[in-house]
Amino acid sequence: MIESKLKVATCSLCGCFGCHMSLLDLDERLFDLAEKVEFDRSPLTDLKELGECDIGIIEGGIANVENVHTLLEFRARCKILIAMGACAISGGIPAMRNHYELKDCLEESYTRGIGLVDAQIPNDPEIPLLLDQVHPIHEVVKIDYFLPGCPPSADTIWTFVTQLLAGQPIALPYTQIHYD
Amino acid sequence: MSTLETAAQSDYLCRVAIDPLSRVEGHGKVTLLVDRDHRIRQARLHIVEFRGFEKFIQGRPYWELPVVVQRLCGICPVSHHLAAAKAVDQLLGIEEIPPTAEKIRRLMHYGQTLQSHAVHFFHLASPDFLFDFDDKVAHRNVVGVMADYPDVARQGVKLRKYGQEVIRFTAGKRVHGTGAIPGGVNKSLTLQERNTLLVDIDLMAQWSRNILKLMKAAYAANPGYFTHFATIRTNYLSLIRADGALDLYHGGLRAKNEQGGIIFDHLDYRRYAQVLREQVKPWSYMKFPFINSLGPDKGWYRVGPLARIDNCDFIATPLAEEERKEFMALGEGEPIHVTLAYHWARMIELLHSIEAIKDLLLDPDIFGDELVAKGEVTPREGIGVIEAPRGTLFHHYRMNEDGLIEKANLIVSTTNNNQAMNESIRQVAERYLDGKELTEPLLNQIEVAVRAYDPCLSCATHALGQMPLHVELVEEESGALVDCLVRDAGGMVRKEAFPLHLGEKG
Repeated sequence: MIESKLKVATCSLCGCFGCHMSLLDLDERLFDLAEKVEFDRSPLTDLKELGECDIGIIEGGIANVENVHTLLEFRARCKILIAMGACAISGGIPAMRNHYELKDCLEESYTRGIGLVDAQIPNDPEIPLLLDQVHPIHEVVKIDYFLPGCPPSADTIWTFVTQLLAGQPIALPYTQIHYD
Repeated sequence: MSTLETAAQSDYLCRVAIDPLSRVEGHGKVTLLVDRDHRIRQARLHIVEFRGFEKFIQGRPYWELPVVVQRLCGICPVSHHLAAAKAVDQLLGIEEIPPTAEKIRRLMHYGQTLQSHAVHFFHLASPDFLFDFDDKVAHRNVVGVMADYPDVARQGVKLRKYGQEVIRFTAGKRVHGTGAIPGGVNKSLTLQERNTLLVDIDLMAQWSRNILKLMKAAYAANPGYFTHFATIRTNYLSLIRADGALDLYHGGLRAKNEQGGIIFDHLDYRRYAQVLREQVKPWSYMKFPFINSLGPDKGWYRVGPLARIDNCDFIATPLAEEERKEFMALGEGEPIHVTLAYHWARMIELLHSIEAIKDLLLDPDIFGDELVAKGEVTPREGIGVIEAPRGTLFHHYRMNEDGLIEKANLIVSTTNNNQAMNESIRQVAERYLDGKELTEPLLNQIEVAVRAYDPCLSCATHALGQMPLHVELVEEESGALVDCLVRDAGGMVRKEAFPLHLGEKG
């Protein structure tokens, strides 16, 4: 019997893409990973619509309405959903805006900035509605695993993925959950 | 500026969206308004996320800047880390940092340029060169490259790894390191680290020259397409070293016009606010910078690898200089305006970064133990500018007497290219899509145009709501759906049977 590859989807919500960079930091192990899994929708592929997947990996927190829709779709289509990195787990640095009124943040950038012309707050219907606060993703859907770090190192990701694919309990060594 | 920025009248136009743009860092989308004869009437690149760093950094202590603000972007964190560090030096009144500190920062920065250029070309954009436009969507990615061109893929992975290791040795970790601190750095290199990096450096240079060969072969195979696709004539902005050499870490501002004439030169970057303005448009969170003396319609410009190679008089490392001469010969005395040549220029810089890393590794200053210059906390402004992989990056802060940040203004690299990216997609829309029934390979060409700029939409705002590609042609007045294209989970574009209910307008 030919063993079929597991399907993995990834996305970055309100994050900086650093967790995805850490995934690419697997370096040569990317070739081993490609033997075991097949990528579905991800910033690394041109697939724009999410299929039925075994594993979904989410970077970033929730900052606007589109983030919420994407997260709900990932939860509905992925058997296992993983919060990768500080922003997905706690909102991270972008959640620092939670201390201020959203309006104040927008005005700082678009009406009080330096050297502005046509100062105004962008409001086109093409721009998704911002939430007043940035939220961690477990406040919106059930999360199966939390992978800590800003970003989690490639070694952490590799330990996690290897144990998950082998059906083992996840146990990260101390060195991989030790930070700056 | 193209007339496609805003449709003259929006009656009876249909909205087509490419959402999300893929194989770019971060999230953005393109919308087209199309009339019944498939004529394109409007084309816009939108940045739809907002983070508010300029607000929430207020009240934070100055020393946090290099580590907090780099979280704007996980792809080029070193650029933000260093631009912030340069600004913080000024906040503390430090005019000069020790040679060891400056060289370690430079090493970190060239490592960053190497890894960022490699990740963009190999992991994201290479399918645009190696595969045909109508290649299967599910195959058109880095895994497809790994399967069909394993040698190219393996070299790409190792080139990026090399850059990341340079960053790890100088900044402590690969993504969001902590090496640059106010007044300098927190470590120099050990002999063992230096020797580890030296082992593969010549191999890296050789691989990067191979990629340049591949690039030139792609150009030679189809010069007509290469030269005209998404090409626009523009001004260019970059930092420049005092002697006119390419310098990614420090220099004065140089702007050239489309004929190559100087607009301003060797301008102290702390005076950027005198020469640049930013226009806000209601349909994008990304602002539209322009050169003040030329106005918003004529003053927009391009930054990044193409601008830097166009702007510099020479490159101070021999192999890259040889490549630069060959490249510039195509312009016959004018700047190169070819948009797809961004990829080529980027690979010249990849080679230059490797040469610059080697020079630094052989410089005994990198082992020094004088790492930090001392400053003092007093109310000041600091402006740090650097050539990030994607172009000129501005960090501007004001600090109060308690050492807390009162005001911040950031112009990230990709923002500088905002108008240019919009103009390029309009050129592609006009030349290749206009009057045709829209298909997935045609829409992919829009993405190829955006991708040439290697936009970092994470920086420019960031990540995204990912929605399926869903193209609807809707009659403006009645809202009736007249045509509908869907890109499904397999990436196939198909026409959807017209639903019975009325379509919802965009």
